[in-house]
Amino acid sequence: MEPVLSIRDLRISIPTDEGSAQILDHVSVKLEKGRIVGVVGESGCGKSTLIRAILGILPNQTQIESGVILFNGRDLLQLPKGVLNKEIRGRAIGFIPQDPYLALNPVFRVGTQLLEILRAHGMPGEAPPKKFDRRTEARYRAHLVGLLKAVQVPDPETTLERYPHQFSGGQRQRVLIAAALACRPEVILADEPTTALDVTTQLQILKLLKDLVGEFDVSMLFITHDFGVVAQLCDEVSVMYAGQTVESGPTRAILDDTRHPYTQALIGCHPDRAVDIAGIPGQVPSPLAPPPGCRFHPRCDHAMAKCISERPALQALGANRQRVACTLYDGAVD
Amino acid sequence: MNKSLLELINVVTLLGGEKRFLAPARPAVRAVDGVSLNVEEGEIFGLVGESGCGKSTLAKTVLGIVRETSGSIIVGGRDVSGVDMKQARILRNDIQYVHQDPGAALDPWWRVGHSIDEALRINNVTDARERERRIDEMLDAVGLDSSFRLRYPHELSGGQQRRVGLARILVLRPKLVILDEPTAGLDLSVQATVLRLIRDLRAELGLTYIFISHDLSVVERMCNRVAIMYLGRIAELAETQRIFSEPAHPYTRALLASSPRLDASDITKTMALEGDPPSPTSVPSGCAFRNRCPHSSEQCAAERPELEPSDRPGHIVSCHRWRSLAA
Repeated sequence: MEPVLSIRDLRISIPTDEGSAQILDHVSVKLEKGRIVGVVGESGCGKSTLIRAILGILPNQTQIESGVILFNGRDLLQLPKGVLNKEIRGRAIGFIPQDPYLALNPVFRVGTQLLEILRAHGMPGEAPPKKFDRRTEARYRAHLVGLLKAVQVPDPETTLERYPHQFSGGQRQRVLIAAALACRPEVILADEPTTALDVTTQLQILKLLKDLVGEFDVSMLFITHDFGVVAQLCDEVSVMYAGQTVESGPTRAILDDTRHPYTQALIGCHPDRAVDIAGIPGQVPSPLAPPPGCRFHPRCDHAMAKCISERPALQALGANRQRVACTLYDGAVD
Repeated sequence: MNKSLLELINVVTLLGGEKRFLAPARPAVRAVDGVSLNVEEGEIFGLVGESGCGKSTLAKTVLGIVRETSGSIIVGGRDVSGVDMKQARILRNDIQYVHQDPGAALDPWWRVGHSIDEALRINNVTDARERERRIDEMLDAVGLDSSFRLRYPHELSGGQQRRVGLARILVLRPKLVILDEPTAGLDLSVQATVLRLIRDLRAELGLTYIFISHDLSVVERMCNRVAIMYLGRIAELAETQRIFSEPAHPYTRALLASSPRLDASDITKTMALEGDPPSPTSVPSGCAFRNRCPHSSEQCAAERPELEPSDRPGHIVSCHRWRSLAA
């Protein structure tokens, strides 16, 4: 099946005062229709840069060194800003931010903020409004109330008239999910949408996201650092380390039959799995001076000469769609 | 049974309620509402609950920086409750608190050594050479070398900041350390090293911990006993293994089911608790959990459940219906 969103060999660097920072180095992620793909990694691994690259909101000086971001066959990196604004961002690709407390403007009513999305993009399947009269507004409001019902906000009718501070964190996140869905996007990017929430609220939101993916026929890229959340929500997962995709595949395969030494070490740090709580020796390398070849080799127990001289490419392992970028599995057939 | 280091008997802490100028007084909030527990020497005592459940207020009450309204606090066999704030803190010198976010707790203009030194100076260690020796010793114990004395907090990584936060407290040689979310916001691999350090230091320095956390994976791994709090009250308290294998209180069960574990099954089948925790200003009558509890009955609305022992020693539950639910 042709993926809705496919990121291939994306390589991005951002010039800084101290030299060029290699933020992403050959990142590949595939998102198929109707699936939830988790992107997991520790802080600084480039998860958020990946999202920015898809939305085209990287800093101006950013250099795309190679790679493509294919969205329904079109390379988002080649599209001009006007097209991105009109057709892609907020419309075909929705975004759920990390912190529901920061994402809503405290001085405007929720309704005003949600209407703004529709005023810019129009109702799903329609062009943006030529003039924004009462009739249009009433129609938009009805559409929004329907969405708020779908995300299970209590009292959807009055919600539009209320201010963000009148909602709890979980409810704000629901409002933001409704905002992401407002134009019926095909893909939703979620950037750790539950980190600021308590576990019981987190479960409510994760269940909601899972239901909405089916109901609204969207696909979701879910950024997180929590393998527990991945186990609860995602169909597939892609693990990143220091800007490189190291392993990807179906969630259960990655969690139970981990192949890449980094993924193994990381899952080995999880209190649910750790034999002896130890951590991974060494530090995450700075993107200013990343080690050559596989970026994990300085911390890897299995490192060999080839790991330094050559960056391992993602290769398929077996029949279960698991792919791993590690020299250890060169020529391995299993 | 081990010696009890800290005992709380029916501690209540009211917050707010102060008189305002030309305005009616705000109603006080029962942030800690009749908590009784004891912490034994050498154990890691877990305190678990959602935000706003009163775990941090309880910790501050134990420390003496927030005054308890009623109840007694017994530290090492001595009743230290009912005295004024300053006295309370002096009496509880053996208890120290490690701040949740050491990045915010350390003064950005002070070198790490100066920050640690301050704790010693406040506690009347007057000999400068003695202070220096103890700082070096403690930095070494938390896995940093003495060159870190000259560093500023912003030069440290998240894990190193936690280590400094720990060093600054442990240099005072406390007996009981309250760790407030010691691994919140840390990456998995850094979290593992910090947890390891916390465990090693306990053995090395003979410490007792109160471990506040909302991460059940970490709590299961680290703690000997766990208390589950809901809206200022203890819902259930037992040995860790018991809590995780046979939770009795419906809230504990819901919490365990919601927690993101690696072996989590398909969440579409998991029941999620409905709604948000009620605000402490409007706690429901009777059992505080009854509005969200799938098993609540009329008795739950009418009568507040008291903590009662279950069939296992050391396991206490406050629920009217746990017996019928367990069956």
